[in-house]
Amino acid sequence: MAAFLASLNYNAWILPALLVIPTAGALAVWAHGAVAGQGEAAALTARRLTLAILVLEFVVSIGLWWSLDAQSADWQAVVDAPWIDVWGTRFTVGVDGLSVMMVLLTTLLMPLAILGGWTSVRTKVHAYHALMLLLTTGMLGVFVAKDLFLFYVMWEVMLVPMYFIIGIWGGERRIYASLKFFIYTMAASLLMLVAIVYLGVQAGGPQGRPTFDYDAILALNLTPTASFWLFGAFFLAFAVKVPMFPFHTWLPDAHVEAPTAGSVILAGILLKLGTYGFLRIAVPFFPGVAMYPWVRTAIIVLAVIGVIYGSLVALVQPDIKKLVAYSSVAHLGFVMLGIFALTVESVQGALMMMIGHGLSTGALFLLVGIIYERTHTRLIDDYGGIAKVVPLFATILTIVALSSIGLPGTNGFVAEFLVMIGAFRTYPILTVVSATGVILAAAYLLWALQRMIYNPLDKPRNAVLRDLNWRELGLLVPILVGILWMGLYPKPVLDRVEASARKFVEEVDRNAERQQASMMLGGR
Amino acid sequence: MLQSLFAQMGGSGLTLDLSRPMDLTRAISPDLLLCGGAMVLLLYAAWRPESEAHQRRVALGSMGVGLLTLVAVVAVSLSGWKSGAGPVAVDGFRWASDVVFLLATVVAIGLSMDYNAREGITAPEAHVLVLFATVGMMIMAAARDLMVLFLGLETMSVSVYVLVGINRRSARSAEGALKYFLLGAFSTAFLLYGIALVYGATGSTNLSQIGGRIAALSMGDSPMLLVGVALLLVGFAFKLAAAPFHMWAPDVYEGAPTPITAYMAAAVKAAAFAAFIRVWIEAFGHIYGAWHDALWWLSAITMFVGNLVALQQRNLKRMLAYSSIGHTGFLLVAVTAATSQSASAILFYLFAYTLATMGAFAVIISLGTGDNPRERVEDFHGLWHEQPGLAIAMAVFMLSMLGFPVFGGMGFFAKWYVLQTALDAAAPQIRLAVMLVLATTISAGYYLHVVMVMFMKPRPELAPPLPRVGAMSRAVIMASVVLLLIFGLFPDPVVRWARGGTELVPSMPPAAALPGPAGP
Repeated sequence: MAAFLASLNYNAWILPALLVIPTAGALAVWAHGAVAGQGEAAALTARRLTLAILVLEFVVSIGLWWSLDAQSADWQAVVDAPWIDVWGTRFTVGVDGLSVMMVLLTTLLMPLAILGGWTSVRTKVHAYHALMLLLTTGMLGVFVAKDLFLFYVMWEVMLVPMYFIIGIWGGERRIYASLKFFIYTMAASLLMLVAIVYLGVQAGGPQGRPTFDYDAILALNLTPTASFWLFGAFFLAFAVKVPMFPFHTWLPDAHVEAPTAGSVILAGILLKLGTYGFLRIAVPFFPGVAMYPWVRTAIIVLAVIGVIYGSLVALVQPDIKKLVAYSSVAHLGFVMLGIFALTVESVQGALMMMIGHGLSTGALFLLVGIIYERTHTRLIDDYGGIAKVVPLFATILTIVALSSIGLPGTNGFVAEFLVMIGAFRTYPILTVVSATGVILAAAYLLWALQRMIYNPLDKPRNAVLRDLNWRELGLLVPILVGILWMGLYPKPVLDRVEASARKFVEEVDRNAERQQASMMLGGR
Repeated sequence: MLQSLFAQMGGSGLTLDLSRPMDLTRAISPDLLLCGGAMVLLLYAAWRPESEAHQRRVALGSMGVGLLTLVAVVAVSLSGWKSGAGPVAVDGFRWASDVVFLLATVVAIGLSMDYNAREGITAPEAHVLVLFATVGMMIMAAARDLMVLFLGLETMSVSVYVLVGINRRSARSAEGALKYFLLGAFSTAFLLYGIALVYGATGSTNLSQIGGRIAALSMGDSPMLLVGVALLLVGFAFKLAAAPFHMWAPDVYEGAPTPITAYMAAAVKAAAFAAFIRVWIEAFGHIYGAWHDALWWLSAITMFVGNLVALQQRNLKRMLAYSSIGHTGFLLVAVTAATSQSASAILFYLFAYTLATMGAFAVIISLGTGDNPRERVEDFHGLWHEQPGLAIAMAVFMLSMLGFPVFGGMGFFAKWYVLQTALDAAAPQIRLAVMLVLATTISAGYYLHVVMVMFMKPRPELAPPLPRVGAMSRAVIMASVVLLLIFGLFPDPVVRWARGGTELVPSMPPAAALPGPAGP
């Protein structure tokens, strides 16, 4: 396979192609809408066209699995082109073990998300799909950007489509939720913009042309004070996106009000952009600050609070979609714990968790969307005993919920286990505290399952529910396969992220010591 | 390619000696062309009785003269003329500013054609007055002498006073005109007194001589000079509508005919900035320390006042007036940084802002009818469902003013350039940069509100049907969107063009004499 891809010169065009295909597709869908109008037939064409484009995207991207050198932690498949010469910004893209899994997760989830919204989006279908495609470009752009300017542009590009998707096709409180989502993210990321400009100007040297290349900025020697504030700016941008505990309040609104596909993408991919930002930028650029004892402890404490708090709030939610949304806060807390615990296992676990949460929470939102389409209620109490009516749905929901809990044999177990054995070495007490999150996860999910699909079937209108149709089954099966595969045989995935995780841990460790030594001398 | 063509035409690198009348005439030839054209058109306008058709003809003639001057400016700028000392500057910054003014002029006249027909304004002089105002602006951008600057400023201001009140039947318009006139005259007095004091202190009105003498005699603490500079700053702050000297702007913007509002927001602001930065950098660069703090606070206050008050506006014209004040604050950040990039950052910003503003006002104009101006935010509810093109265009303009990448096109790069200038300065303006982005976040509140009502609210049931979009407005909207989006992905040409302004290198003291790294 690798030889075949090399013969295609795959690495030289794949990343730009991944960005161009959805954008071109968005224009095509939009143009089709302008020509064909709003009819039912035109809407179907728009859905099919979008699905075809995203499937193509996935098929093309899957080659990255083989074409990357798993032993190397360097940037690969790099494409570098001048963009705005006078400002020193370049179009530079590349992937490594940290980002390639995220790229594949994105290209896998996008077509499934489109299928998930197949019948529920009925108005302005063309605009919806065009925005979905633009969103794809934005998310992939963030994962592959090697130039910080490009990173920022892509970071913001995601925001507008998601704003419209929530605000136009969302639930009752969609306007409030979309505005909150937009303002939170934008406010936090604008400070990151200042930090990026500052870094670029510093890396360019006095009177020189700024440069925003990742490696050039990584090599910068910053004063402790500057590092501290810059880390703060990046931390805020990423912590809102993750979201970490006190910055999470946009999440329940956005997730609950978004249409099904929007929730899947929000939970499955958008949140990972925050943790990816920590792995890629905030921690490697400023290891001295990130690993400064009280900063590190504070972040880990916030992460653990996120785990416990998210789980406890999920426990009392009457609304199943909100329950899943809060479970994301808890799961992302684990990811943050893994990153800041800074051992190879914990970072690998965090990466596994990022992928696994994308699959299992994405699937949960899809399942919630599927049942909501039939009943138009999200309240757990309106269900009960539906396993007898929709056995297929109930089975899949159970498997996905178990993977979200972290049952051995599913991806969730591998991830949580790795994070915990890794983190136990550096933060034993906090890790033990966070382990209660796993127990709580079992409590809220199993309790919800019990009330929804077991218990007696006491509501007459639930007795006539349709079970999954072929489309719904088809979109869930790939996720189930992923969940079980990563749970039973995670080695291929772990191998591919190991080199990058190891490099991340070693470099951060080394640079942190050096920077902290200079901090002691300088006296922050 | 074009550049080499003009170079071959013989104009290459010609150095003009401005003490010779012939060369001076050459140096101001585009200004003379516009002025002469405007006078001929004025005669033609008076030739026939007022009528709708005549108004249209004069408008087309004015646009023609404007475009002709634009071509002349571009030709002169490519010819590479330079000049020695003298009352006018012959440099890239001047030509680049002229391009912004002329672009705004042509667009504003085009929009006026549609608007005047709708409002029953048949005075053909209205269009010619816009040209005269532009003559004043071009002189302001050229001025290297405080007296020439004053001449240009008055030519511009008097024309704009009349334009604001051109709709004689509207009380609001008259109120705006009177307010503008009174406050404008008031600010002119400040400016003149400032000029007099600076002259008294340095013995010259020529900018480079002022700068030279300040440096040679190290006049940094001469009270007369400092009071003069302070008065000049107040005078300029009025013209720029910088807080706390902005009180006139919202009423005037709301009262003026909408195309004139657009013209004022874009061109008048651009002219004031062009003159301001030249005076500040060429003449007063050496006493950076003396005005840095004042400008820092002016900039900080302006961006927050403009954006915070804009949040509460429900009339779109008024909202854009306050947002324009906010943009003044952002632009002042680049002046405060005073680097070799300041002038080009400002030009770039003004170019992007002109496109977005003209487009936004064109959308407002094309929604209104004679009896229902549709200037309130409620009038935009559900626009997407009725006029999707207009709604998408308006969203692009709003996102552009917000400074959002890709979807807002150039607007993001404009902010980026200002940020880069602020952080690249010898004394990095980190706090101002942070305030800039915080103010931008505030501005998201009202820009997004417009986007939100257009796309996410339903169209009111009983809303009367929207009029057809006028041909000129349609052209302006499309051109603005296309230019914003294209330059929003590939801003290189505009950056290079704006860099023509980098000959305007500040005569700055060595970095050691600068105030602390982050302002006061």
